[in-house]
Amino acid sequence: MDRIPILKLGDALLVTIQVDMHDRLATALEDDLTNKIVKHNAHGVLIDISALEIVDSFIGRMLDNIAAVSRVLDAETVVVGMRPAVAITLVELGLSLAGVKTALNVERGMALIQRHHHVLERGADDDIAS
Amino acid sequence: MARSPLAALAQLISEQETTILKDWLQLLTAAGSLESGRIREAELRTQCGTFLKLFRVALTDGDTDTNSAVYSGVRDNLGEISRSRATQGFSPKETASFIFSLKEPLFSAINRSGKFGAAEVTQFIRQLTLALDDLGLFTMEVYQKSREQVIIRQQREISELSTPVVKLWEGILALPLIGTLDSERTQVVMENLLQTIVDQAAEIAIIDITGVPTVDTLTAQHLLKTVAAARLMGADCIVSGIRPQIAQTMVHLGVELNVISKATLADAFAVALKRMSKAVVTVKTAAQNS
Repeated sequence: MDRIPILKLGDALLVTIQVDMHDRLATALEDDLTNKIVKHNAHGVLIDISALEIVDSFIGRMLDNIAAVSRVLDAETVVVGMRPAVAITLVELGLSLAGVKTALNVERGMALIQRHHHVLERGADDDIAS
Repeated sequence: MARSPLAALAQLISEQETTILKDWLQLLTAAGSLESGRIREAELRTQCGTFLKLFRVALTDGDTDTNSAVYSGVRDNLGEISRSRATQGFSPKETASFIFSLKEPLFSAINRSGKFGAAEVTQFIRQLTLALDDLGLFTMEVYQKSREQVIIRQQREISELSTPVVKLWEGILALPLIGTLDSERTQVVMENLLQTIVDQAAEIAIIDITGVPTVDTLTAQHLLKTVAAARLMGADCIVSGIRPQIAQTMVHLGVELNVISKATLADAFAVALKRMSKAVVTVKTAAQNS
């Protein structure tokens, strides 16, 4: 069974979805990603869906799930590069992915994760210092 | 050769063509066809002449069924006239009277000739009435269709014109909405906005609703959809230009916009600039420095 590659990029993970997602692939990705987050102690997950042309409610829920799981493991999920047509479809399906952060491209998504991480670290440092 | 009665009628029309045409034009003029100045007399005369000729030819073939192939020339000609009437802005009455006012000159022509017996005259009148009524209905149908096409075209033009996406600054877009937001327009607006967000790599989109006359629950829902879609693409939205009465109505209706909203476009722009770590500063001139 083919899998979607998960790349480690600093303390973040980058997932680029370049094939049409079917349900099995989505479930496998969810599993893999959860394991990788723990293994690499990642603080951010970037999901690049700029090549994804078709979404359904299942994929939408998968994104939401990944975000929820990542949050539990203290990693921020950012979905980047969503196509206009995909965005409209998701909204029409009633999936606004409230728990997911979004960015226009990978670069900005990375910046978002790093900013978030900095804020968290500083917050933690302050806690220790006080 | 035994001629059909209709052929005799056609013969009569051809004999009296000039008189019929003159009477017809007079009637049309009396009805005010030329007053509006939309059509010149010469043009009207040509239209009448052409139609009468075609109609006569169709009658010669001895048929009053206006749907038959014999009448295709007549129908084409009439369709052309109706379409031009519709685009020139004639009223339905004016368009229909073109064909209906032909009845009287034809009837008087039949009476004048005195060649026919009472039974024949009655038959002629009946058949002519049927044929011309049919053609009249056809005229109206074409007229109506042309008007509908005009309306559809205008609607499309309006929806294209009224949804511009304006670039305010590097990465800041504005979407000034004007007019009522229905689901069809929302779709166009949304697609426009999202595509521009991609093209310009924009981070912030300001939706200005100063030109939206009313905001009800449905409009709010459409707005929220647009905002949600933009967010999914990775751009933040700010809603601006909510007028005092609209703000009150929205609260009374229980409409909630869970987005950043500002009273004016200027306020929203200021927020957007701040978000992008940019600021507007007053330039100190030499006079102020000294």
